[in-house]
Amino acid sequence: MTLTNAPRELERRADADPPRKPRPARMRPADVLRVGGSGLRSRPMRVFLSALGIAIGIAAMVGVVGISTSSTEDLDRRLSALGTNLLTVTPGQSFTGGAAHLPAESVGMIGAMDHVDSVSAIGRTSAKVYRNDRTPKQETGGLSVAAARTDLPESVGAEIVDGRWLNAANSRYPSVVLGPKAAEQLGVHEAGPDVRVWLGGRWFTVVGLLAPNQLVPAMDSSALVGWSVAKSELGFDGYPTTIYTRADESSVGDVQAVLGATANPETPSETTVSRPSDALAAKEATDDALSGLLLGLGGVALLVGGVGVANTMVISVLERRSEIGLRRSLGATRGQIRTQFLAEALLLSALGGLGGVLLGIAVTGGYASYQGWPSVVPVWAMAGGVGATLVIGGLAGFYPAVRAARLPPTEALATT
Amino acid sequence: MTSRPLEPPTTRPVVELAGVTKTYGDVAALRGADLVIRRGELLAIVGPSGSGKSTMLNIMGTLDRPSEGRVRIDGHDVAGLSDRELSALRAGTIGFVFQQFHLAFGVPALDSVADGLLYSGRPRAERRRLAEQALRRVGLGHRLHHEPHQLSGGEKQRVAIARAVLGDPPLLLADEPTGALDSRSGAIVIELLNELHEAGTTVVVITHDRDIAARLPREVRLKDGRIEHDSAGAGAAPSRSLVPEEAAR
Repeated sequence: MTLTNAPRELERRADADPPRKPRPARMRPADVLRVGGSGLRSRPMRVFLSALGIAIGIAAMVGVVGISTSSTEDLDRRLSALGTNLLTVTPGQSFTGGAAHLPAESVGMIGAMDHVDSVSAIGRTSAKVYRNDRTPKQETGGLSVAAARTDLPESVGAEIVDGRWLNAANSRYPSVVLGPKAAEQLGVHEAGPDVRVWLGGRWFTVVGLLAPNQLVPAMDSSALVGWSVAKSELGFDGYPTTIYTRADESSVGDVQAVLGATANPETPSETTVSRPSDALAAKEATDDALSGLLLGLGGVALLVGGVGVANTMVISVLERRSEIGLRRSLGATRGQIRTQFLAEALLLSALGGLGGVLLGIAVTGGYASYQGWPSVVPVWAMAGGVGATLVIGGLAGFYPAVRAARLPPTEALATT
Repeated sequence: MTSRPLEPPTTRPVVELAGVTKTYGDVAALRGADLVIRRGELLAIVGPSGSGKSTMLNIMGTLDRPSEGRVRIDGHDVAGLSDRELSALRAGTIGFVFQQFHLAFGVPALDSVADGLLYSGRPRAERRRLAEQALRRVGLGHRLHHEPHQLSGGEKQRVAIARAVLGDPPLLLADEPTGALDSRSGAIVIELLNELHEAGTTVVVITHDRDIAARLPREVRLKDGRIEHDSAGAGAAPSRSLVPEEAAR
């Protein structure tokens, strides 16, 4: 064979059947993962730091969602313990602008309604309560004195922490039950026959102390006396100022709709019906604005983390040009190089995402246990966190991966 | 490699270059090169730096396409193949050995070698099994789990050779395989390439070292992008590398 033969031979062979074109083999998913991970294993510190960026963003978002969910869960549990079926009726403004009052018989009329489990009432008096008879008159401490019916605890869910509630016997005598704030202000720490407070110009015996009541916080700073003693000793007019009603859980809406008219059939517009559990829920919901802000901050952190991943990947591609060249020489297609770097970016950010979710769960758990809440992180937040990192990893890794794939093999091999 | 069947006499050449020219801008790195390499040959492509030997290696290795002329590798006309198909051709037909070894830091020899078949579609267990065999063949059976920094230069190059011949490619291209080695390690590497050639692999050694080139059965000298001398074309005695068809001429 000589040199001059070569071209002729090539021409001749061109006529023959060309051999079958070679076709690249598909890489197995396990190989794709292993090759993608190989770039990470060799640079653990850099991987840790750029995954940390992502992790902080995800942790912030998972934490915010987790904490607000835990707080809501806590509220839900509290509400379901308190019951969401408590309805209150109070006199509104009268048509002429003066203070209206509920008819004295309204409690009985509501008690006769269908779907009403229990009903009770208090009536505010103008009396004041003091620690003793030498306390200056103006030092009322913001405490109020109200007449309470003996069936009040059942309706509002009041709990006695010491002593006992007013009953048919002691409510005719100067006996008083104090809410927790009232007891604190009056320096009363226990109930007993020799514990007395100066109420409406005479001594009342403290027969019971109440636990804090979240549904009816006004009771916490009240001194509650018997209905008849209020009438006889404190000049109470006998009109209820707040009626507390427990309706069937399933009929709360129906009862609420007709409660005002039942309490005051002559002028239903002069009554105000409300549901304390709604007010409580609304108060807690005001935290949403703050949650939104924190969520936004988490998003910014995530974005910064994504930029960190992109940066890491760009550097990785620059540093590993000779590796890219070698892989091309071993038979990697452009697509396989692209897949390798994309897989690396996805693994990197998934690592950050998983770390972030765990961190977010830890933050939620820590804060919730500090607050005494149940710790709840919704599954959608965890899945969303990991999903978001995959999207970010894909976006951040796409450009470097395309650059790596476009690198001509000879150029890649020339750099060492 | 001893298991490879004898090539039938009608087998096509592994490398055929016809009038291959490669220009970069105004500079011609290779001008009208004609070259046929048959199965089982061992040859050196030798020349000073800038003579176009790296360009020729890139073109023979299908890492680059010629500006003019035709290239046929193992019967495939390179011009008719897409980048994907060329990649597959490299995966199955061509093994590369580089001066700088290109072994990844922190990767044990066995895994580096097994990567030689990463893009062949074979399962990992088989790749690793073949890699172990290949490492034993190059005399590194006791270095399977050593990482590059635990290996000498000569050992590194033998690992790289094991990777290159893992799938028994018909064509092995070695680009300055001894360039980064001392003379003793270099001699071992050349001896290893000789052994591979004797077992049937076509081996092309690109080198600037005329001593090495002179010791190989065929020598193709490049200068200024042209083939200045080809010992086969110049009527050199048929070497043991020639296939029966060649020897019969």
